[in-house]
Amino acid sequence: MDFNLMVDVTPLLLKAAWVTIDVSARSLFFGFFVACGLVFMQSLRFAPVRWLARGYVSAIRGTPYFVQLLLVFYGGPSIGFRLDPLTCGVFVGAFNIGAYMSEAIRGSIESVDSGQAEASRSLGFGKAQTLISIVLPQAAPLMIRSLGVLAIVVVKNSSLISIISVVELTYQAQRLIGSTYKPLEIFTISALMYIVIVYAVMGIIELAYRRATRYTTL
Amino acid sequence: MVEIRNVHKRFGDLEVLKGINLTVNRGKIISIIGPSGSGKSTLLRSVNHLEVIDQGEISLDGARVNRPDLKGLAFEKHINHIRQNMGMVFQHFNLFPHLSTIDNVTLAPRKLKGMDPKKAREWGMDLLDRVGLAQKADVFPNWLSGGQKQRVAIARALAMEPKVMLFDEATSALDPELVEEVNLVMRGLAEEHMTMLIVTHEMGFARDVSDWAMFMDGGVVVEEDDPQKLFSNPEQERTQSFLRKHLRS
Repeated sequence: MDFNLMVDVTPLLLKAAWVTIDVSARSLFFGFFVACGLVFMQSLRFAPVRWLARGYVSAIRGTPYFVQLLLVFYGGPSIGFRLDPLTCGVFVGAFNIGAYMSEAIRGSIESVDSGQAEASRSLGFGKAQTLISIVLPQAAPLMIRSLGVLAIVVVKNSSLISIISVVELTYQAQRLIGSTYKPLEIFTISALMYIVIVYAVMGIIELAYRRATRYTTL
Repeated sequence: MVEIRNVHKRFGDLEVLKGINLTVNRGKIISIIGPSGSGKSTLLRSVNHLEVIDQGEISLDGARVNRPDLKGLAFEKHINHIRQNMGMVFQHFNLFPHLSTIDNVTLAPRKLKGMDPKKAREWGMDLLDRVGLAQKADVFPNWLSGGQKQRVAIARALAMEPKVMLFDEATSALDPELVEEVNLVMRGLAEEHMTMLIVTHEMGFARDVSDWAMFMDGGVVVEEDDPQKLFSNPEQERTQSFLRKHLRS
């Protein structure tokens, strides 16, 4: 192991790690709205809209993220859909994880006992208020856990956007290896950085989970 | 007060309510008894529109509950308004576990009537006091016994000052030794002349408190009468055999 080299490349990798965090955070942020849209579509009475949402979720879950990324980045321009690499990474990342998130959100909402909504409705609360005041607070713990798992997936998936030359952690590592021929050292450092990011995400999730389940111990 | 006219309800091929009629006058207490699957719970839930009836009419104080003519948001608005005048108590309590006892009780008056938090707390404490649980105001439902949960649920249903209270087997999920405390609260309401529609398995309780008792089986009203008479001297064979089984225990 060439420890001097490892110290030397760290600043460059740290900068690239920031891009990884940035892309992941944005994918998650926009992905959440995609997911909410999909959940809403699937709650509608008009069947074609539900089918559209279900079909979309199936298509995303049935194909590799890597293929989705290549399809949009290289296939998109031929139908006039041209994105710069970073935007494309965030875009595909959000629409990919949004499909999975919609399932996590739906599952957590459905896990709440139906008697809760009935009790709320019987008091005179409407559907929206029942969802906000009664169902979502109880769905929150499971939702946080499931979305947390997906947040980690997003961080790790982001390494794949190196293929469309976004200078994130993995791409930067490969570039440095190209000039130094030290894959062991450099990938070790980048792997450590992923671990730090992932554990930070897990810590945030744990805090949110405890916040959401506070009432069970009060 | 509550008018039920020729109500029919089917689940798929099974007709669970086959033309039920019932009038509940102000201040009266009606008990509905019958074997499980007789349709008694479905009928009670229909009054609150938790079940949608296929035919017939239900009204509360002259205002129709089921309104097949209203669709979508217009119906939402209508039913939310109607429901604010009815208190419903469920077999499994359905307290909101993420809210403290007092918040369970005051949620509806705060959010639906815009009652200010301080006044709502006083009102909620009054109600909890009525069910004997003022000291549990800031406890979460998970820490209450079944009987206490049901008493809080009754306080919650009373918080909107309903015109009628609907009890759907309120004591069926309770351990035997906890039934009495809930019955006591219900007796208290009876003494205050609350209008009540009670679906129950507690024959003794039904006999003592009701002004009218109704025996249902197979989606029809088999027999209805003054409770003293219905319980001691039923006319129909089906009522007799049902009561034999239930009064023995």
